[in-house]
Amino acid sequence: MSAPLLELDAVSRRFSRKISLGDRIAAKLGAPVETREVRAVENVSLSVMKGETLGLVGESGCGKSTLGRIAAGILPPSAGTARLDGKPVMAEDGRHQKLTTRVQTVFQDPFASLNPRKRIGETIGEGPLAHGLIDRAGSRAYVAEQLSRVGLDPSYASRFPHQFSGGQRQRIAIARALAMKPDLLICDEPVASLDVSIQAQVLNLFLDLRRALNLTAIFISHDLGVVRHLSDRVAIMYLGRIVEIGPANEIYAAPKHPYTQALLASVPRLNRHREGRTAFKPIAGELPSPLSPPPGCHFHPRCALATERCRTEPPQLRPLGPMRWAACHLAE
Amino acid sequence: MTAALEVRGLKTHFFTRSGAVKAVDGVDLSIERGRVLGLVGESGSGKSVTGLSILGLIDHPGRIVEGSVRLDGQELVGLDRDASRRVRGRRIAMIFQDPMMTLNPVLRVGTQMSMALRAHETVSNAVVRERSLKALGKVGLPAPEQCLAAYPHQLSGGMRQRVAIAIALLHSPSVIVADEPTTALDVSIQAQILQEMQRLGAETGVALVWITHDLAVVSSLAHDIAVMYAGRIVEYGPTADVLAQPRHPYTRGLLDSVPGEAEPGEKLAQIPGSIPALIDLPPGCAFRARCSRATGACETMPEIADIGGRLARCFHPLEAA
Repeated sequence: MSAPLLELDAVSRRFSRKISLGDRIAAKLGAPVETREVRAVENVSLSVMKGETLGLVGESGCGKSTLGRIAAGILPPSAGTARLDGKPVMAEDGRHQKLTTRVQTVFQDPFASLNPRKRIGETIGEGPLAHGLIDRAGSRAYVAEQLSRVGLDPSYASRFPHQFSGGQRQRIAIARALAMKPDLLICDEPVASLDVSIQAQVLNLFLDLRRALNLTAIFISHDLGVVRHLSDRVAIMYLGRIVEIGPANEIYAAPKHPYTQALLASVPRLNRHREGRTAFKPIAGELPSPLSPPPGCHFHPRCALATERCRTEPPQLRPLGPMRWAACHLAE
Repeated sequence: MTAALEVRGLKTHFFTRSGAVKAVDGVDLSIERGRVLGLVGESGSGKSVTGLSILGLIDHPGRIVEGSVRLDGQELVGLDRDASRRVRGRRIAMIFQDPMMTLNPVLRVGTQMSMALRAHETVSNAVVRERSLKALGKVGLPAPEQCLAAYPHQLSGGMRQRVAIAIALLHSPSVIVADEPTTALDVSIQAQILQEMQRLGAETGVALVWITHDLAVVSSLAHDIAVMYAGRIVEYGPTADVLAQPRHPYTRGLLDSVPGEAEPGEKLAQIPGSIPALIDLPPGCAFRARCSRATGACETMPEIADIGGRLARCFHPLEAA
C-alpha cells in the first residue's frame, strides 16, 4: 500500500428536478418555482490504496451508491473530481464521458443488470471486444476462462440469464466486470438480494478473486456484518457526508462517532452463545429527508450528546488517531 | 393450558400445470401466549406459505390438503368463508413485509383503521377514534393524531410499518403472524420496530410468529426457533440451544454462512449448491444433496425426533459440542 489508486477530491453531487418549459415561463412571469435539490453527496474526499478493500456503509438515502457511481465514472460529480492513478475517471469538459475502463461495477440486482435477451457469453465478451482487449477469434476462449474463474461451467456461455438462479447471475455479473481487467471494482450491494447460504458462496468467491487478482475494491453495503468481513477500511456515511473512516477492526471495536456507535448498537447480532433474548437499542427518531437535512451536524436531532455548536456548525472530518477520522465536534 | 396456536401436520400444495408443488409438507408448530416463535428459512423454504396457511389465505391453485390449525383450541382448517372471515383480523392477524403494498394509498390512515375495526364490531365514531389513537400510541408513533389524518405516502417506511402493526393490534388478537416485517427497513428503524414488538408481546400477551430469513433478528427476539427447509421443519427448539448447538447440518450451515461471526477476511463455511425445486422432490431428506454427512439412509425421509432437548429431522445429527 503506497500511492492511492483512487482519489476522490471534494466530490459533491446534487440532484435537482428538471425545470420544465412551463416552469421556465412561470418563472419569467414572476411566479415562484420550486427548486428543491437533494444533496446526495456533500464534499466527500477519500482515497483507496492499491490492493485495499474499502467498505462504504450507511442507511438508505445516505449517498453511498451515488458516491460509488461517481467513483465508477457512471455519474459525473457536481463538484470535485474522481481520479484513478492521478488521471480523472471522467472527462471534465461537460461531455460526461468515462475515460477509463479500469473501473468496473457489480450492481445489486442481477435480474436487472443482465440483458435478458443476450446470451451470457455475449454479455461477458461484449466489453472486452469493443475495447480491443480481445479479438473475435479469441473471444470464445476468453469468455470460457472468465466463466470458470467465477465457478460456472464454460458451456453456460450460450444460455440466457433467465436460466440461472440469483447467485449464479451475480457470478455472471462479476465475470462481466472482471473480463474488462479492471484495477478497481465497485461492488454496489452485490449480495443484498441473495439468501444467506448463497450470499456466503458469493462472498467467498469475492475473497478468492481479490487474493488471486490483487483487486482493489469499494464494497458498498448496508449490512455491517458483510462489510466487516470483507473490508480493510470502512467509511460510514450519513445524509451525504462521511462521518467516520478508519481501519475496519478498530471502528467495529471502538466507534468514535455517535452515529457509528448507535448504528453498530442497533444491528441485531447473531450471538450464538448468549443466554436468552436481548434488548434492542435503537437510534431515536427517523432518518431526516435528504431534501431538507438538518443544519449543522446532520445527526444532531437524533444524537444524545448534541450541543448548541452541533446545531449550527457542520463538523469537519478530523484525525483522531492513526488512520482514524471522524466528523464530530465531541469525539476524542 | 391450550396453546394460542397449534399447527399439526399442515400440508399446503399448489397444483400447477407441471405438477404439485409441495410448498408446505407436514409442519407442526405450537406457540403459547406471550411467546415469540421465529420461523426461519431461505426463499422457497415454505415459511411464508406456512404463515398464509395459518390465516387461511391460500388461493387457487393452492390448497391445504391435510393438517389442522387450532387457534385457542378452535379448528380453523375447513371453516367456511364467512366463519374464517370472522376469525381473521379479529382473533388472528398478519403483518406483511411491504407496508406500501398493504396500506391503501388513497385512504387516510384513520379511514383504514376504522374499516378494520368495523369489519368485526359495531362501534361509534368516537370509540373508533379513541381505539385507533390508543393502538397508534401502543406502537410508539410520536404524533398519533396527525397520523390518523395522514395518507400512507406521507409517512416513512418505518411509520407505515408501525401503522400496519397498529391495525393488527386493533382487536387484541391472540396470534399475530408477521412475515418479514422488517426486511424492507433500514437497520436503525428495524431496531425500533423489534424493540416495540418485544415490548408489545410482553404487555399484551399476543403470541407472535415471526417469519424471517435473518437469523440475527430472531436470535434476539424469539423464544423458540423453527428452521424450515423445502417445506418441512428440520430443527425446532429454544432459540439459545439451537443457535449455540445446532444439531441439523442445515442449521449449522446457515449459521456458519452469516458473516460477522467469522474471522474477518477468512472464507465462510458455505453450503454447496442451492435449495432444490419443490416440484418432484426426490424421496428422502431434501437436504441430502448439499449435506456432507449424507449416507444411503438419507434416501428415506427422517422423522422429526427429540435430540438433546429440541426436535431435529436428521439421521446423522451433529454431536453436542
